Amino acid sequence: MESTSLIAETASRLLRHHCDPQTLNSSASDDWQGPAWAALEAAGLPLAWVPEDLGGAGISLEDGFGLLSLAGRYAVPLPLAETLLAGWLLAQGEIAVPPGMLTCAPTRRGDKLRLAREGTLSGRLRAVPFAKAAKHLAVLAEGEDGRSGTIALIELAKARVADGRSIAGEALNTVSLEAVHPIVTRDAPAGLDGETLLAMGAAARAMQMSGALAAVLDIAVAYANERVAFERPIAKFQAVQHNLARLAGEAAAAMAAAGSAANAIATALAAPPDRLPRVARGFDDALFLEVAAAKIRVGEAAGVGAGIAHQVLGAIGFTREHVLHRFTQRLWAWRDDFDNESAWAVRLGTLIAARGSEGLWPLLASR
Amino acid sequence: MSSALTFDPIRLPPECDRLREEVRAFLDEEIAAGTYDPQEPGNDHGFSPAFSRKVGAKGWIGMTWPKQYGGHERSFLERYVVTEEFRVANAPVRLHFVADRQSGPVLLKYANERIKQDVLPRICRGEVCFAIGMSEPGSGSDLFAASTRASKSKGGWLINGTKVWTSNAHHADYLIGLFRTSPATKENRRHGLTQFLVDMKTPGITVNPIYQMTGQHDFNEVVFQDAFMPDDHVLGEVDGAWKQATSELAYERSGPERFLETFYVLQELVRVLGANPDLRGAEGLGRLVAQVHALRRMSVSVAGMLHAGKEPVVEAAIVKDVGTIWEQALPHRARELAAFVEEGASNRATFEEQLRFATLIAPKLTIQGGTTEILRGIIARGLGLR
Repeated sequence: MESTSLIAETASRLLRHHCDPQTLNSSASDDWQGPAWAALEAAGLPLAWVPEDLGGAGISLEDGFGLLSLAGRYAVPLPLAETLLAGWLLAQGEIAVPPGMLTCAPTRRGDKLRLAREGTLSGRLRAVPFAKAAKHLAVLAEGEDGRSGTIALIELAKARVADGRSIAGEALNTVSLEAVHPIVTRDAPAGLDGETLLAMGAAARAMQMSGALAAVLDIAVAYANERVAFERPIAKFQAVQHNLARLAGEAAAAMAAAGSAANAIATALAAPPDRLPRVARGFDDALFLEVAAAKIRVGEAAGVGAGIAHQVLGAIGFTREHVLHRFTQRLWAWRDDFDNESAWAVRLGTLIAARGSEGLWPLLASR
Repeated sequence: MSSALTFDPIRLPPECDRLREEVRAFLDEEIAAGTYDPQEPGNDHGFSPAFSRKVGAKGWIGMTWPKQYGGHERSFLERYVVTEEFRVANAPVRLHFVADRQSGPVLLKYANERIKQDVLPRICRGEVCFAIGMSEPGSGSDLFAASTRASKSKGGWLINGTKVWTSNAHHADYLIGLFRTSPATKENRRHGLTQFLVDMKTPGITVNPIYQMTGQHDFNEVVFQDAFMPDDHVLGEVDGAWKQATSELAYERSGPERFLETFYVLQELVRVLGANPDLRGAEGLGRLVAQVHALRRMSVSVAGMLHAGKEPVVEAAIVKDVGTIWEQALPHRARELAAFVEEGASNRATFEEQLRFATLIAPKLTIQGGTTEILRGIIARGLGLR
């Protein structure tokens, strides 16, 4: 385990060197990908959430979430978050984690994978990010009784992976499994179910998005100070200032909501010092509020924030040449991963209604 | 730059949980005893001398101030808990709230010892009401255009002019006002204003009511005609008020009262939608709850920074900007979400009544204590745009 600042420092250095948005944007090929991933792997970052005895770096949940926010600031076009999440899931089953790019599923409520008695997996998984690029898939499946959870590691070559891309142009695939033999399966620990995985994924995406929004704000502010129109920098126009102030408000809300959810998960799922970081208990209402609110509010901020940034940058921000789209397109794409704002809002609203009016303030104040 | 914006996930410490339980128990007792009705946020304009004295006796006014002035030397985060519990319960805190939040801290910093010994303990006991005398007929958001004059006289100053939109002036024992003691200079248009502690019983002060469109009386016009202020009522530097004005604003801008002012509408909406809302109701409710949770986490984060001795001026302005826009939009959003609720829903009448009240007061939320436009200017400056 390394210290928080050392991890952030290492990650910043590597991302600056290998994933600079301008360099990647100008690159004609994907040749940068291999060396970039190798460098991240060498530093142990993709397997941050895997304990050392299972082949990972054993970094705390909180530091891992911090790493994802940083990755968002660079709009990293690699399955870093997906590999972190897959590694975390496999570690919950004490499954040794293979090297290389991983992804995980289900990422949508309602998608189910069934484990047959003979040990094969079947089912259809929508919107699995980077399934075309990754070699292995970590899944949470249900037993035939529809209840007991199983964690499994699958070779993606054995699945049917449909072509598909997100609005950001990244692989986003429907994965179909028909009686696929997994590499290994383990019972999921008590308390870990589809909701837990979805919540981890939603919090991870919220952190990436809050980082991307901070970058978008920086880009828009820098541009407004440089761009001259009507004989002065457009930053001097009050209409532009007020739009950017609104963008700052959205970025701030995203930062607060995502950071709070990540902190809440890290605290709730933290392991005692002598134990591996495992799921100790399921998500209570307070933790659900934190995660749902983060995915909803950050998703809203992404929509508003990306819109303002494009307005400030005008035509140049609409070109392929400018880096802005690397951030805004991912913000739009990430809103939909691990369920969108509307899906989370229906769930949260249903919970609040069931708790009743008297239960609302105590729940909010408990955070 | 945004990399400088900070909203760390601060959690309130355990002593706040115990305090919160105490505050809730106190409020439950007061409501049960009929001291006030939490369902009527506009009742008596939230002004209750009896209630404020009880709050003072509990030690919940001047919580963070030194004990020598009647304070309780508790943390800023503990004060935060009391403020938000009172706000959510619609407690009638109008008499002491401004003194507790703003005026007391100004006196602590700038008043002389005699005044501090005299006034601060009375604030802490919930006995004195303060007003703020900033706006004038020709000076609103532009504070530094104030023209109400304080002219030097023997042993003090004579004040002449008019302040407007002065909340509480008809109840207030004191007012902290901004008066012109010198003309602005070419180099500094903010120069020449001085803060004074004004005893409202001073001869030469007339308070005229200005009724609001809600029918309530909150605003006033305060007219000064040769009102005499002794020298020791000057707060801080003569002509130098502009140096003093900014540091307290982070406290004023980021508190829970900046997004919970219409919270009762959300609570009543939950009631009117019932235990099994339809998809539209559930989604709308979920979004509102997510938004208010995010605001509270932002606000607590700023409170934590203030507690740690930092000066998160931009973050505080952001909380007030986003928070007041949200609490202003809340009644309109609630109205939409409740549009198809059955006429017969049990609390329909209460909901309608609260909605009407919140809709009527909503326009002021983005004006009082610094307009949206002023806040966005401050944020823009913090971003390096001005």
